[in-house]
Amino acid sequence: MGKLFTFLTRTRGVGRLHWTDWASYAYLLFGVVIMFGPVLWLLLSSFKSEAELQRFPPTLLPYAQEMISIDGYDKPLPLFEITSGEFAGARAGQVRRIGLVSQLVRPEAPKDIIKVPIADRKPIEGINFAFENYGDLFKRFDFLRYLWNSVFITTMATLIMLLVNSMAAFALSKYHFRGRSTVLALIVGTLMVPQTVVLVPLFLITRELGMLNSLWGVIIPGAATPTGVFLLRQYMLTIPDEILDAARMDKASEWKIFWRIILPLSAPAIAVLAILAIMWRWNDFLWPLIVLSQNDKFTLQLALNSFQGQLTTQWSNLLAMTVLVLVPIAIVFTFLQKYIATGIASTGGK
Amino acid sequence: MTALVNAIMNIIEIPMRFAQKRLGLRRIAWVFLLPNLVLFGIFAFLPVVLNVIYSLTGTDQVMLSDRTFVGVDNFTTLATCANHLDPNTCTQDLFWRAIYNSLWFVTLQVGFMVGLSLVTAIILNGKIRARGFFRSVFFFPVLLSPVVVALIWKWILQREGLLNAGMDAFGLTPFNWLLDRNWAFIWSIFLSIWAHMGFYTLILLAGLQAIPRDVYDAALMDAAAPFRMFRRITLPLLMPTMIVVLLLALIKGVQTFDEVYAFTGGGPGSATTFIIQYIYETGFAGTPRLFGLAAAASILLAVVLIGLTLIQLSVTRNKVDG
Repeated sequence: MGKLFTFLTRTRGVGRLHWTDWASYAYLLFGVVIMFGPVLWLLLSSFKSEAELQRFPPTLLPYAQEMISIDGYDKPLPLFEITSGEFAGARAGQVRRIGLVSQLVRPEAPKDIIKVPIADRKPIEGINFAFENYGDLFKRFDFLRYLWNSVFITTMATLIMLLVNSMAAFALSKYHFRGRSTVLALIVGTLMVPQTVVLVPLFLITRELGMLNSLWGVIIPGAATPTGVFLLRQYMLTIPDEILDAARMDKASEWKIFWRIILPLSAPAIAVLAILAIMWRWNDFLWPLIVLSQNDKFTLQLALNSFQGQLTTQWSNLLAMTVLVLVPIAIVFTFLQKYIATGIASTGGK
Repeated sequence: MTALVNAIMNIIEIPMRFAQKRLGLRRIAWVFLLPNLVLFGIFAFLPVVLNVIYSLTGTDQVMLSDRTFVGVDNFTTLATCANHLDPNTCTQDLFWRAIYNSLWFVTLQVGFMVGLSLVTAIILNGKIRARGFFRSVFFFPVLLSPVVVALIWKWILQREGLLNAGMDAFGLTPFNWLLDRNWAFIWSIFLSIWAHMGFYTLILLAGLQAIPRDVYDAALMDAAAPFRMFRRITLPLLMPTMIVVLLLALIKGVQTFDEVYAFTGGGPGSATTFIIQYIYETGFAGTPRLFGLAAAASILLAVVLIGLTLIQLSVTRNKVDG
């Protein structure tokens, strides 16, 4: 702790920390609590049993009443501590409860049933992670189907988008043909009509193509993105044309030049776009909500949203599912943080 | 995997080689452009045209041939109000409520968010230890899905939630935050700032880091006070970035839907119903499906967005031109 303090209070220049430095660190620590605390709380809560989730005020860690196995009883009994009366201080398992009286047995005298008013005993609790919240998702909910739908949409949409957009970017960066500036202007134009303003006609077109309630109906309409074309084109412009000329000398076809030379050389930009595309598709909500109305076609996001509206869904399962939806993005973020930050900064979001 | 990709690419090469022989080296570019242009054509340009047709036709039929021409009726229906300041007097009262909600929301959300992002970016740009860590702390919610964001905060704000527990500990009465119109609105703004401010912080931080150090060194030589340096150097040089950030935030703020819809469902009542939700509910969620009204509302939204985007593009033009 002391070491940490010296580390944090060490300044670049001379002397002690200025009050503005203290204010900065206070602000940042407050930020850590506000930004990170809720996610941590979600994670801890997702391991609590349904009964434990109802407790108010809530505890930080998940607790559950301890159970005890006593000779002569088939099932483990809930463990209590007797707080007053003849047996004060003793620990006993509860056999049954009748009205306000609880019947308990002590492990050292399994035959001897003692009767104690329920006010005179308190449950003994230990930390207990309710992993069944997660298990239930696979047993009682169709979690794997939603996961598959999400993974399928994300993978296919990303692959198609990368191929289609890189082909267009290649044409727009390496060829000088009539109409190039018109095409560029048209693509800039599509920046101005986000999906949200053409929902109705997009719905009709998707329906006419027979893609309603099909995963392809989510994948195809978003496959061409102006952002993707521009990001890749900017990068491909930096690849010297001499490389292409050299390949043409060797009788390479234009397609071969594209995927043997240009694509490998654009790998950094493609990686950035791939990460962005994966996140957009994984988190996509409004368009899938309109296209997919059958339960078995739902993505994880849609399933999560529809579960929270159902009365039969319990918070314990809902929280566990939220964590599972969050985990892939958290993993991607941890490992590829640098690319994500530069990618998002260079494309201005979506 | 690589073998599969190679095989696919080799198969595509056969028609491409043929096309190259027929078209020559210049026009082959169009073949590369084709898939993208087809997708743009079908899913971006065609919808714009169809949207106009939808907005000028009525009935709940989705097929254009089944729809009747009604002229500007849809727009008139949207606009008809005895008193435009009071949504209750409008034929489409939800539309006007959504507009007023959106206006309030965008003003407050963008204002507070850009302000907070600026403060955060300036602090992160200072002499800070573990800067990378703090930067990611503010940034990571940007990557969370809207539904996850909504559920995280719903869980904290619910009746038996963490916030009420905290209030209880201080002797305050627990409160059902999301059942109160005003609080639901305030928390929606909060939620949206929480989820998006990292993105704007990142852009502003990049803008701050692009300001050359020697400008500050020169000011230090002249013994300029820190606040004066901020006002005379940092702010003016950061202005272009600030404008871009403001416009991006406005464009996104006007289109707010996902996280608030999953958070409050637009309620209680219509307290947090914004313009996209109006379009979604009018066109898709309700019966009858009023595609014409939804399309008309979309066009009004599009006009606003196109205006904002044109301003943004003219500010960042140097980025777009190749």
